[in-house]
Amino acid sequence: MGGNSPCASCKLLRRRCATDCIFAPYFPPDDPKSFAIVHKVFGASNVSKMLQELPIYQRADAVSSLVYEANARMKDPVYGCVGAISYLQKQVSELQMQLAVAQSEILCIQMQQAPSVVLPSQIELSEGKSLLLPTTGHNYDYLQHYLNFTSSGSVIQDPLNRESLWT
Amino acid sequence: MNSTRCAACKYLRKKCPPDCIFSPLFPASDPQRFAHIHRIYGAGNIARMLQKLPAHLRAQAAESLSFEARCRIEDPVYGCVKIISQLQQEIFMAQSQLAKTLAQFQVFCNSLSIADPQFQHAAEASSSFIDQGPRSNHL
Repeated sequence: MGGNSPCASCKLLRRRCATDCIFAPYFPPDDPKSFAIVHKVFGASNVSKMLQELPIYQRADAVSSLVYEANARMKDPVYGCVGAISYLQKQVSELQMQLAVAQSEILCIQMQQAPSVVLPSQIELSEGKSLLLPTTGHNYDYLQHYLNFTSSGSVIQDPLNRESLWT
Repeated sequence: MNSTRCAACKYLRKKCPPDCIFSPLFPASDPQRFAHIHRIYGAGNIARMLQKLPAHLRAQAAESLSFEARCRIEDPVYGCVKIISQLQQEIFMAQSQLAKTLAQFQVFCNSLSIADPQFQHAAEASSSFIDQGPRSNHL
């Protein structure tokens, strides 16, 4: 809170930190980097507007995600978070392929077996197992356009783990 | 001045100079794209970010910024970070499923190799497959 010590945003903006400062709960004075980076990418007034439009209980998560996005953009000025998304989608595809290969290996061996040799694990595997993983249901159609983007993948960290974002 | 102002200059109600940095990236045919990006980042921030990039990378930067802005407008709390979080969960699930499948595969092959030595090769192959494991990612 404001109190005697201005929050990180008011320190950077060189203004008085009011008791009802919208940034104070989320940008403590001991972490100036987070606000600096958010201000650089989004701008303080835009962040203020975004927070004002949100109920109070959602603002902390919004700030976390904004800091994450800003960090991603600073590390990868061309692709930002989109580069990370593209990289992760490729990871998912590779894992799905590895899983399909493993499952097909098992099926091949099963088919070579005499019908009388049936192990419990075979039944478990062959019943209702799909070669494709269930998706979360998110519509990724509009992401297809970005799958050709390359990225070093260095921006990726657990996005909503507040501890990792604040260090 | 361009005879047709770009979407950015139209939105900002100013003249569109011949060297307008927005002009190649925000054509007048798609005014909403710039409106979204301006709402989240601000025209000044966008111009500054684009100016720091070489010209051949600006189109891709504008695309990714536009995408992120759209995600943020649709989800003001998490923006595109939600997609990253969901993908990381999918990767975790996929890795778990793959590890389980490989373990079952090895058990299966070991059982078969005991029953029938011709499957010794498959048992050894699965063992090395498991040793390679799901490829580590950079998360």
